[in-house]
Amino acid sequence: MAVDFRVNGRPVSVDVPNGTRLLWVLRERLQLTGTKYGCGVAQCGACMVHVDGQPTFSCQAPIEMVRGRSVTTIEGLSPDSRHPLQRAWLAERVPQCGYCQSGQIMNAAALLARNPRPTRAEIIEHMSVNICRCGTYQRIVRAIERAVKEG
Amino acid sequence: MTIRVDDDRPPAGVTRREFMVGAAGLTFGVLLPGCARVATMDSPSAALATTAGNAPAFSPWVSIATDGTIFIQSPAVEMGQGSLTALPVILAEELDADWSKVRIVPAPPDDKLYGNPGFGGVMYTAGSNAVRSYFQPLRIFGAQVRRVLLDNAARRWGVPVGELTTEASVVVHAKSGRRLSYGEIAAFAEIPAKAPEIKPEELKKPSEFRLIGQDVMRVDLPGKVNGTARYSIDVQVPGMLYGAILRSPVEDSAPAQIDDAAARAIPGVQRIVRLPFGVGVIAETPWAAFAAKDAVKVTWDRRAPGWGFDSDQAIARYAAAARNLETAGKPWDKVGDAAGAMEKAATVMEAEYRCDYAYHAQMEPLNSLAAVSPAGDSCEIWVGSQSQTMAVTAVAKALGVATDKVRLHDTLLGGGFGRRGHRDEEFVVDSVLLSKEVRRPVKLMWTREDDVKNGRFRPMSAHFLRAGLDASGRIVAWQHRVACDWVTPYMDPVRYKGILRENDVIAIAGSEIRTYDIPNRLAEQLGQDTGIRTSPLRGIGFVANKFATEAFLDEIAQRRGVDPVELRLELLKNTPRAQAIVRAAVEMSDYRRPRPGRSLGFAFVDYSNTMVAGVAEVSVDRQSGAIRLHNFWCAIDPGIAVQPDNVIAQTESSIVYGVGLALTERISLKDGIVQQSNFYDYVVPRMRDVPEMHVKLIQTPNPPTGVGQMATPLIAPAVASAVHGATRARLRHTPFIPERVRAALSA
Ligand code: FES
Ligand code: FES
Repeated sequence: MAVDFRVNGRPVSVDVPNGTRLLWVLRERLQLTGTKYGCGVAQCGACMVHVDGQPTFSCQAPIEMVRGRSVTTIEGLSPDSRHPLQRAWLAERVPQCGYCQSGQIMNAAALLARNPRPTRAEIIEHMSVNICRCGTYQRIVRAIERAVKEG
Repeated sequence: MTIRVDDDRPPAGVTRREFMVGAAGLTFGVLLPGCARVATMDSPSAALATTAGNAPAFSPWVSIATDGTIFIQSPAVEMGQGSLTALPVILAEELDADWSKVRIVPAPPDDKLYGNPGFGGVMYTAGSNAVRSYFQPLRIFGAQVRRVLLDNAARRWGVPVGELTTEASVVVHAKSGRRLSYGEIAAFAEIPAKAPEIKPEELKKPSEFRLIGQDVMRVDLPGKVNGTARYSIDVQVPGMLYGAILRSPVEDSAPAQIDDAAARAIPGVQRIVRLPFGVGVIAETPWAAFAAKDAVKVTWDRRAPGWGFDSDQAIARYAAAARNLETAGKPWDKVGDAAGAMEKAATVMEAEYRCDYAYHAQMEPLNSLAAVSPAGDSCEIWVGSQSQTMAVTAVAKALGVATDKVRLHDTLLGGGFGRRGHRDEEFVVDSVLLSKEVRRPVKLMWTREDDVKNGRFRPMSAHFLRAGLDASGRIVAWQHRVACDWVTPYMDPVRYKGILRENDVIAIAGSEIRTYDIPNRLAEQLGQDTGIRTSPLRGIGFVANKFATEAFLDEIAQRRGVDPVELRLELLKNTPRAQAIVRAAVEMSDYRRPRPGRSLGFAFVDYSNTMVAGVAEVSVDRQSGAIRLHNFWCAIDPGIAVQPDNVIAQTESSIVYGVGLALTERISLKDGIVQQSNFYDYVVPRMRDVPEMHVKLIQTPNPPTGVGQMATPLIAPAVASAVHGATRARLRHTPFIPERVRAALSA
């Protein structure tokens, strides 16, 4: 049965079996490949998107869960790649291989939406959901602090 | 993944002259007016021209368009280490190019033109070796192109070439005030048949560099913050199907019986394929492919040697082999007469260390997209491989076609760490075998579980070390016996038999301690035939071997009653550069200052001429055995830094990688089968686990050496030393998981 929802402000309708994970629908049906597959078991955060503003592991979310809801992916975070976090990410030269970074940025954006002035400890706690195998953690902290400061 | 530990040997396989002639054959192309492709080419500020159809249709190193755009081919693949950008920077420097006009084009597979001189001339990005190996050839080449531009301007103006200089992309005749941009010259330039000769002394002095040392923006970064960066897993082509493969849990084993009834019943499944090493599934959707793979039931034949292997039991055998002095190992670092000096020594100290298997855990699970032609006689592949050459060759071999029938579209790599550079490129061949079955494009994806279970690992190792001290306590003899699985013969038999002359460099590198003043020494390998899949993993042999040597030096210092840093400074007395890096680490960490409740540990590594020293600050929870790493200070001297901030980023990255290998990461095998399956049981560092990192880059006027993995080997010995300082307990087995720490505390 078709599932209707919004992605990055645009209405979409997909017809896939119930239980199909949002991750694969985004990537392979909607060509939104910025959201990545890393583990499939809620361990790495590479697949992170926002569902009605809430940070969500898209590798876990069954498609029927998003019926009628609004999904934001990295492609929809800002119209021009100039979200404060995206600018800060470049200023601090965070990405290495880059594969984890969509998920990192989406999770950081969810943090700042809820808590615009997080302490360093709050950042570390919140961001420890995401794995970066290239070990860019220290720069991620710096970039989030920069985005908080520069807005 | 260095292959040359001795830097004085010429680049193996390809001589410098051949390299230059090869490059000079096409040298650089000048795009003439009317070349429509260039006029319409629009590569935004990202300055990355992809191979996806909008790059020039030729492949020389450098092309200058009449509008001034300079296309530079980069032979390095990009997996986060930055060399896709760093190599063109080197060329652009000597060319005196305006960087804002440079477009970087990933070079197509062509060993003659682009082969890595550090790897016998194949295109291979590994071993922290790209900048190091290409540095001098690319500088000379950049200078040659500049000279051709100067000669053309001199001819046009009728002035001696000696009166001309260059600014960023402009030739200047100061006397007459005339100027010609490189683009203007490109409109009339003639290219000489033979590349002009450039002597090394004609190259820029480091003080004249305008790009090297300036941290230009990496071309791949903008796409990595907005989701547009393309990895092979992101590629989609018309008519594409999805593939998954259930591989034998043990290398070289085949399916004896297959029950695929349940798998076939899954909607969307198109084909189930028996393969020599497993069962392939082809489906219309990824979810159907994964579900079908999980539903296939296979009994495996038991012919492979790896069946029955138990890593917990095997490590005791390795240790016994390392201790058994009756059996000589394969020598690697041999200086003086270690055995003789050991016999005459006043004191002989001995120690044993162990390291478990470890897994790469690159963030993008292995995958590849292949499109075999309907006739089965050619193929396109989309893949991120560390070696364009090996990927194309492996695919050609699998299809039984010539390499020119294989078209590679390379993509960014979601991490490599050595996993994506095996000679057989098995995950690429996987996709080709499936596509060949259906003669349609197939995107083959390994799940994370596949990636762990089918992993190829940093070998397990046991180290037995002996040191002979004379009456004054000076180390006069050194022996390091490494018992571990073979690696290089498995991961790259061609290189092993060829330029490596049957040295298992990947496993044994780092057991040499040439920088230390120890007159008689022997490091030897006792290779273990286990049938277990092994791999070069970031830091290769250095991680295990330097853990053993540095931890042993810590014990020797304790026995002698000297500070571990003083012992290193004494041993490094012939290498001022190394002493300087030790002192820098000591100073930045304020090493002499006591920290209540915390303790410091030190380690030094000479990693193929990159000098690194580190200080770890730890505390230990004696109850739980948990080690907390609070700070890590690291000083690094890689010679000239082409992209200094990137050197620091790579050093931070290699510290984090070392933290995982030292504290938590461990693969174990039972009956030959990997026991871990995903990030919940293969534990890599998260943000909360990493120390505050303080990295000091000390540039020296030496040729650039590697930076991609040099700090990784520092962590385990520095932490072990710090834990000893805090508790008097010796940690001898990485990773230092809490139960091992508790056992050491109660020993
Ligand atoms: S892919 Fe969803 S958390 Fe790893
Ligand atoms: S940048 Fe490579 S995994 Fe984070």
